[in-house]
Amino acid sequence: MSAMIRPMLGEAWLAMGANRLRTGLTMLGMVIGVGAVVIMLAIGQGAQYAVQQTISTMGSNLFIVLAGSFTTAGVRSGAAGGPTLTVDDAAAIAELDGVANVAPTHQGSRQLVYGAQNWSTQVIGTTPEYLDARAWNITNGAAFGDSDVRSATRVALIGKTVAENLFADDDPVGKTLRIQQNPFIVIGVLGGKGQNLDGRDQDDTVIIPLSTAQRKVFGTPFLGAVRMIMVQADSAEAMPRVMEATTALLRQRHRLRDGMPDDFFMRNLSAAAESEAATTRTMSILLGAIASISLLVGGIGIMNIMLVSVTERTREIGIRMAIGARQKDILSQFLLEAVMISFAGCLLGLLLGLAIALGINFFTGMVVVISGTAALLAFAVAASVGIFFGWYPAQKAARLDPIEALRYQ
Amino acid sequence: MTVAMNAANNEPVIRVVGLGKSYATAAGLFPALRGVDLSIAPGEYLAIMGPSGSGKSTFMNLLGCLDTPTVGDYFLSGRNVAQMDKDALAVLRNRTLGFVFQGFNLLPRMSLQDNVALPLVYAGMDKATRRARARQLLDRVGLGKYAESLPNRISGGQQQRVAIARALVNAPRLILADEPTGNLDSHTSEEIMRLFGELNADGITIVLVTHEPDIAAHAKRQVRFLDGEIVSDHLTAVLP
Repeated sequence: MSAMIRPMLGEAWLAMGANRLRTGLTMLGMVIGVGAVVIMLAIGQGAQYAVQQTISTMGSNLFIVLAGSFTTAGVRSGAAGGPTLTVDDAAAIAELDGVANVAPTHQGSRQLVYGAQNWSTQVIGTTPEYLDARAWNITNGAAFGDSDVRSATRVALIGKTVAENLFADDDPVGKTLRIQQNPFIVIGVLGGKGQNLDGRDQDDTVIIPLSTAQRKVFGTPFLGAVRMIMVQADSAEAMPRVMEATTALLRQRHRLRDGMPDDFFMRNLSAAAESEAATTRTMSILLGAIASISLLVGGIGIMNIMLVSVTERTREIGIRMAIGARQKDILSQFLLEAVMISFAGCLLGLLLGLAIALGINFFTGMVVVISGTAALLAFAVAASVGIFFGWYPAQKAARLDPIEALRYQ
Repeated sequence: MTVAMNAANNEPVIRVVGLGKSYATAAGLFPALRGVDLSIAPGEYLAIMGPSGSGKSTFMNLLGCLDTPTVGDYFLSGRNVAQMDKDALAVLRNRTLGFVFQGFNLLPRMSLQDNVALPLVYAGMDKATRRARARQLLDRVGLGKYAESLPNRISGGQQQRVAIARALVNAPRLILADEPTGNLDSHTSEEIMRLFGELNADGITIVLVTHEPDIAAHAKRQVRFLDGEIVSDHLTAVLP
């Protein structure tokens, strides 16, 4: 059999070359189909990758508990306006099963001053666990510890954007900046995280100990009250359980009877990222549907042209049979031809798809991921389309009666 | 050894018993062949004659394993092939006999050498063997220098010689020829018949169909068909 494959490949090549325009047009269907598959995978995987990147910079399996609103003289404060959450609530949540990190935080926008420079940014007062929950590293200097939170020291960790804007080329570590007239010593610079899902710059921030923030920067009517508690669960699976347990715990601690509304809000941060991922998956499925339809149409084109080819070459088939070709010899000859057309179309489609995907990346800056899986998938598809749509014409050729075929003019 | 060979030689190359073939037509079943009995010994040179519709072509297709009979038995070198399946018949066409057609039937896109070598492809031979065998047979029919040409570059008589080379490539002991000179002028026909004579002298059994008496005269035995039956079977008279 292996001795036969080589001459058969040569013959299939000759047959394809005998009518170049027709072969080329037949291949076009496959080229478009496979090209679409490649582009779909490159963009789909690229989007997935971008979303995963964002999720991993934000921190995974996170949810936040916001203090409830309060109403004074008909004016409602909005979420986190009331003093319903405390540092003790945070400590209690930390005791729950499945909780990895808990960070009570208080944040707001403030003006920073260093020398002649000033810059308005988001100030976050929190505990060291916040950095763990958000998987945030320090590139220069060191983080503050629990003792800094206990004694409300005036130390600050600054984000990359802040460092660039206030300190330019200077090394910020050890320098003193002012937040609301209070001097803070910069003890570290945070690693870059880039944009979050909303497009906000996560590096435009300053992190200081929670106690310092409450006493010196924001001020609070009730010492120990926090606006927000960030909670990280052990795993994605543990998230719903931990959120439920947190609700129950806080209702119990706040002495809320059945029927009374919660005096806090909970938001799942990972859910937003996951819905983004789901959107890109939907887009991939849509592109995949288009790609499979064009592959189907391409396959039908191959089948059509192979049927024409079998009719045109009836006499040739008769001659081959007369000199000893068995049914499987004729079958494999025509099948091989169909697979070769499909394969050549696939190869061109692959190159075209890659070129377009790279072009998209170059001109729009959209993330594309080109994987070996895509190439492998495309070739598997080409082989199966060739065999599937080549089978019927090849079978028709193999079943011809030698005498009838020889008489065909 | 000698005894065994004699025994084999005594066995007919072809023996048909009560061979019949009917075709379904609009007017009902038409019997093209009505129970033919014939035996052909190794080394014979036989011409089948008869007018159109006498059943000689149907008979030839059955002998060439291109078709299967409706009734009767066909023993090819002692094996009954009458009810063999299509693939088994293909193997017989490939190895046991060579078929020469009126219209040459070379594949137009292939060089003469590849045309001659094609049966060897189906026999599963490697490339070097195929090339050597094809060259040898093209030389045998005097066309070695055209090995790389396409069939349309040479004359009809030359194409028929290539077709004969192709029929011989698997070294069969039997050549079947259906009107091999039907498309050729008389001079070229003589050349082809001389080639058949040489092959027969080498011990190859030859059966050919023709309607021309002077072509049939080259054979040693002549069988005449009429209305699907054999009406005469005699040795060719040696001219005084």
